[in-house]
Amino acid sequence: MTIVSIIIAGILTYFTRMTMVALISRDMLGDKVKAVLEYVPSAVFPAIIFPGIFINDYGTFIEINDPKIYGALVAILIGYLSKNIIATISAGLISYWFLIFVIFS
Amino acid sequence: MLSKKKLFTKGMLDISPHMLSVIPFGIICGAIGVDLGFNPYLVYAMSFIIFGGASQIVFLQLLSGGASSLVAVASVGIINSRHLLYGAVLSEYLEKLSFLKKLFISYVIVDQAFAESNKFFKKNTNEEFLHYHLIGTGCTLWVCWQIATLSGIILGSFVPEELGLKFAIPLTFIAIVVQDLKKIDHVIVMITCGLSSLLFFDAPFKSYIIISPIIALFVAALLLRLKK
Repeated sequence: MTIVSIIIAGILTYFTRMTMVALISRDMLGDKVKAVLEYVPSAVFPAIIFPGIFINDYGTFIEINDPKIYGALVAILIGYLSKNIIATISAGLISYWFLIFVIFS
Repeated sequence: MLSKKKLFTKGMLDISPHMLSVIPFGIICGAIGVDLGFNPYLVYAMSFIIFGGASQIVFLQLLSGGASSLVAVASVGIINSRHLLYGAVLSEYLEKLSFLKKLFISYVIVDQAFAESNKFFKKNTNEEFLHYHLIGTGCTLWVCWQIATLSGIILGSFVPEELGLKFAIPLTFIAIVVQDLKKIDHVIVMITCGLSSLLFFDAPFKSYIIISPIIALFVAALLLRLKK
């Protein structure tokens, strides 16, 4: 790893952040495009959520009874009802820990 | 009309719950870099120069696995290309800013800051200094990320691995999208994206992270057409 490769990766990353903000004006995006862009959070974040749950550190699928699945389900339920981020994350982690340290240990 | 300071503070408050996952993730990220045998200064430089959690870990892992710099850099670019979508969404709210301000604010557009500020922007379109909310969310995350990765580099992995704290990452994003489960069209888009990400997980350069949103947005466009 060299500082040059980090700087190039950093410039690339910065361009992904800056291009649309700095170079696109509102008029360039039609109403149809804007309507589709409404879905961006729902269209992007599951690509972080699903592999984070269903794929383990070695890049293979987890078992169907993996505690992460139950932890995620508890987080979804608590998150939906509480509308609270801390409650959602804690509920998921605590139920996950309960399963790995108490039930499966 | 809220003052700049109020908006900035609101941004800080809105993003702070996410630090529950950002801080452990940052510590892990720093510790992994040192564990893999990289120069600690370079590991920290990534947090400052790249400033993108998942891409930093992939960068380290690819290089330590013997991949060429070209492959590692390309992967970082592809993983982070999702920011193009965030920028497209936010451009509408930021278009009044001067070019220089746009250049600065772009640096702090990260997942959670985008998610929280976008929610706030949608509800408060009339505010004049709206962008201060994004500065608040983005800078808070930036500071926490720098401190967290630095602590991971200096202290090593003081978060026990058995705790599986990496699981906090998907949980943080569940918290972001969970309220949209009320809307059937959003549910369809989410499931499309999630299943695609599993299907394309082994695609080169970690490109599943941009392939699946593109497929999901395509489905969203179809749904919009059906709705009419």
